[in-house]
Parts: sequence; C-alpha cells; structure tokens
Amino acid sequence: MSGQMEFVQNFPCFSIMLCMFAGIISSAFKEKIARMLNVAVLVLNIILSAAVLAFTVRTGEAYVYVMGRFPAPWGNELRVGMLETGLAFFFCVIMLLCLLGGRHKLVQEVEEGKQGLYYVLADLMLSSLLALIYTNDLFTAYVFVEINTISACGLIMIRQNGRTIEAAVRYMIMSLLGSGLFLVGICMLYDLTGHLLMSNIKIEITRIVAEGAYRPPLLVTIAIISVGLAIKSALFPFHAWLPDAYGYSTVSSAAILSSLVSKGYIFLLFKIIYRVIGFEVFHDSKIVNVLFIFGLMGMVFGSLSAIKENDVRRMIAFSSVAQVGYIYMGVGMGTQAGMVASVFHVISHVATKSLLFISAIGLTDVSGGSRKFIELTGSGYRNKCAGVAFSVGSLSMVGVPLFSGFISKLLFSQAAVQNTGKMLPTLIVLGISTILNAIYFMKTVIRIYTPMDDKGYPTVPWYHNKIYAAVLFCFILLNVLLGVCSQPIVNLIESGLSIFA
Amino acid sequence: MGVNLLNNYGEAVAMVLFVIGFGNLMLQSNLIKKIIGLNIMDTAVYLFLAEKGYISGRIAPIVVDNIQDAEKYINPVPSGLVLTGIVVSVSVSALMLSLTIRLYQRYHTLDLDEISLRLKKEGL
Repeated sequence: MSGQMEFVQNFPCFSIMLCMFAGIISSAFKEKIARMLNVAVLVLNIILSAAVLAFTVRTGEAYVYVMGRFPAPWGNELRVGMLETGLAFFFCVIMLLCLLGGRHKLVQEVEEGKQGLYYVLADLMLSSLLALIYTNDLFTAYVFVEINTISACGLIMIRQNGRTIEAAVRYMIMSLLGSGLFLVGICMLYDLTGHLLMSNIKIEITRIVAEGAYRPPLLVTIAIISVGLAIKSALFPFHAWLPDAYGYSTVSSAAILSSLVSKGYIFLLFKIIYRVIGFEVFHDSKIVNVLFIFGLMGMVFGSLSAIKENDVRRMIAFSSVAQVGYIYMGVGMGTQAGMVASVFHVISHVATKSLLFISAIGLTDVSGGSRKFIELTGSGYRNKCAGVAFSVGSLSMVGVPLFSGFISKLLFSQAAVQNTGKMLPTLIVLGISTILNAIYFMKTVIRIYTPMDDKGYPTVPWYHNKIYAAVLFCFILLNVLLGVCSQPIVNLIESGLSIFA
Repeated sequence: MGVNLLNNYGEAVAMVLFVIGFGNLMLQSNLIKKIIGLNIMDTAVYLFLAEKGYISGRIAPIVVDNIQDAEKYINPVPSGLVLTGIVVSVSVSALMLSLTIRLYQRYHTLDLDEISLRLKKEGL
C-alpha cells in the first residue's frame, strides 16, 4: 500500500468501536432508545462494511490498519481483505434480520424492563464478532472470544426460566473449557515465537519448521488451539450444551447463536490456519485428519439425533451440529478447494439456519405455542408466510438446486474428488448425511402441510406482522440469491483466501 | 528430557495445575467446585506466563536509576498479558457465580446433574 491512507480504510476500526460504545451507552437508556440505537448501529455497520468491501475489491489486496500508530512487533493491528469485509457485511445483515424477525417474541418472552439489556448484549456481541473477523493479534482475539462468550451467555438467559439458566451454565462451562485451551495455546505460541501478531508468528513458525526444532511443542500447540476452538463452535463430541441453548432461548438469540456465534470461532480457526500456523504446516501436522473424522461423525450423529427429536426447535438445533460437521470436514480435507467449500458453507449455513429458526417460531405461534410435531400439523396453512419460509429453508438444508445448500454440497463433492485419499469417505458420508437431512426436514415440511381437523388454532395472515413477513422475505431472497448467483461469491471467496495469509 | 523438566519446573507445575483445573471444571458436578476448577485453570496459565517472562538476574521493567539498557530488564509483555487475563477471568467467574445463585434459588441444590434431572421431570 502507498503511504497515504484513504479515509475508507478507517472504517473497520470505526465499526468495532461504534458497536462497543453503542452497547455501553445503551445500558443507560430506555428500551425504545436502546432498540433504535441498535438498529441504527447495525444499518450504519452494513454501510461501512459495504464501503470497505467495495474498496478492497477495487484494490484487490489486503491492508493492515495499525491501531494507535505503534509499529509492527509491539502495536495492535487489524488486517482487512475481501473475505473479512465480505463476512462482516454479511454478519451485520443477518444480525439485523434476526433481531427484527424475533422482536415480537422478545417483547412477549422477556420481562418488562430487561429488554433494553438485550440490545446492549446484541451490540457487544456484534462488536466482538467484528473484532474476531478483523483482528490481526492473537491476544486481542482471545479477549474478544471471552466477550463473545459472555454476551452469548446473556442472550441465552435473558428469557428467565429454569431451562435457559441451566443451558446458560452448561454453555458457559463448555465455552470456558474451550477458551482455557485456546489461551494456553496462545501462551505456548508466544513462548515458541516471541510474538503476538499473527503475521509475525507465522514468519517465526516457518523458520522453526525449516530448522526442524521444537516439533512436539508445536504439534501440541496446534492441537490445543484446534480443539479449543472446536469445543467453542460445537464440533460433534462437544455439542452437549447446544440443543438446550438453542432450543429454549428466545428466538432471536437462537438464530444469532446458531448462525453467527459459532461461525465467529470457526472463522478465527480459519485465520489461525492460514495466517498464524500456515496452511502447509497445519496440513502436515495431521491434525486435519482428526478434524476430518470428527466432522464426518458430526454429520451423521447430529442428523441422527435430529431425527429422534420430537421438538422442532431442538431438531433445528441438532441440525446445526451436522452442519458444523460439514464445515470441519471441508477444513479436514486439507486442500484449498475444501477450504473454499467450507467458507461458502459458513455463509450458506448462516443464511439458512437463521431463516429456519425465525420461521419455526411463526409455525409454533399458530399451534398454541407448542413445539411438538403433532401440534404443528397443518400449521403451514395457518401461517402461510412462515410455512413457505420454513420449506425454503428445509429444501436448502437438504441441498435442492436453486437454493444455497445445493451449492455448498456441490463444492464439497468437487473438493472431495480432487483429494484422492479422502474422496471415498467424504462422498459416502455426504450422501448418507443428505438422506438423513431429507428424512427429518421433509418429515417436518410434510407435517406442516398435512391438513388437520380444526382445533381452534388461529390463522394468521401475513399482514398481521409486516416486519416479520418482510424479514422472512429477505431471508428467502438471500437463500435463492446465494443458490442462483453463487459464482461471483465463490470467486470472491477464492480471491479473498488467496490474500488471506 | 529429565534435566529440561527440572530446569523448567515452574512451567511443569503450571501445566499440572492447568490439567487439575481443567479436569475439575469438566468433571465435577458441584457448581462451586467447577468454578474453583476454572480459577485454578486460569491461574495456572498466569503462572506459566509469569515463568516465561521472568529472566533470572534481571529487574522489573521500571526505569529508576536511569538504566536505558533493555538487557537489564525482564520481558514486560507477559506481565501485561497476565493483567488482561485476570480481568477476563474475574468477569467470567462473577458471571458463573451469579448464574449459580440463580440456579440455587430455584432448585436449592448446587448439583448440576440433579438440576438437569429435575428439569426433565418438569418437562418444560
């Protein structure tokens, strides 16, 4: 980059600060003002990230933003490329839609006087997500991981009943185990390399590996960091906290947690793979094989648990376990194509899972608030809007062409074919998982469109809650857009990954 | 190997403590014991950092006698990390304790498994 900085390059820093200060200020305001401030911050963030995205696409390279003008080995840095800004933009859009779509439930489920706090937590959550996306410093990443955990815990327990508090405790315990491992990993990396900035660590690691020194400590460090982040993002054997946390919290929280929070950690892992440890070193460490196997197991066992589930919200939550398994499978393939597929699946899953959670609430609302399948019979007729949206989400999850899920499955299979060693298990498990997905999602779709004798449940026309209908429409549009115009997005991901390191 | 371990006994102790804390946080069913485990785990990391930052024979990085030579001082970065880490772990412990109080007020027990069992019976 030239010495002169353009004004637009400041925007990533601005957007992080904006969310954080909005969160702090909101705590002093009344609910209504906090809510308006939250929406304003989100819209402003969307505009800011779009501007930075346009800038990075125009220049075609990543730039480093030095915080506070301290030079490289000591100061704190943000590093901004196409992938980061693209994801930041996308996360802000999804967060806005999730909050708007769940607002009517928030008013019902959270006691009066505490709704303002919800927006404080949401602002803090967004700031930590953006910081995780942009930061180039490992210890800063750790601090924001913890902020993310605390605000996520608050989002779960803002709806006060025994279930949510217990879910929040279990979530905290698993998260703390994960972040403890992550912290120890960072300390060991600092010990090995003497740096905290990601790019500097990579230079040192490349040197260490070339010299052949410190092999066991480096291996242990990579393993600890990967496992820590895998626990936090609910990879298969560590998913016990997930169904309760997603199943009983208020709907916006469930949508935000399943789509954004776990993806923040996964993105941090991508960043560590590329920018800290180096793709080749990570690949040679054989940790990829462990992630690959657990990813495959998650794809199957998550879906099996979802089939057994009799509660629609918990079923969608278990489906998240399977989808996180897909992402780790892509990482585990250890090829560039696998990573591209994983990143695309992150985007596709964010768009689809939030749609499913938000639309499921419309269906349960017209079924007397019950989430059992038997009560949901025919609910697709009672709330047509939510019924259509849920069907679109299900079709996308199963991988029907036209929707985003199809593209990510296509990318995964293409990546699998290029990797001869892992082709067979990937394709077999991908096939099995698709069938299992189809079983439980199609079961639900058929259920909501089965006519039922009148039980006296109300029929809700779309204009009854216009914001909700508009949000669902946006989600459907987003899914179809991702499915139909996927090529530009895949190109963006590819060029973003090429300048990611 | 053995000599290395003896020379770096501080780091070794830190790792043993970390494992003890980690195991307690994961396996105990009593919530207070879990939180104690969490604190042992975090403190172990700080011990590890402090051990790594200390260089024997050098002094704390505060300029008093106008010594500008960096070789006279220990590495200040790990100390800074420890401070940040303490702030994080205090807030996390506070949150966990407040959650524990909430659960105790509702169920009059600190046993997490017992609470889960009762929730299943409630069938909420």
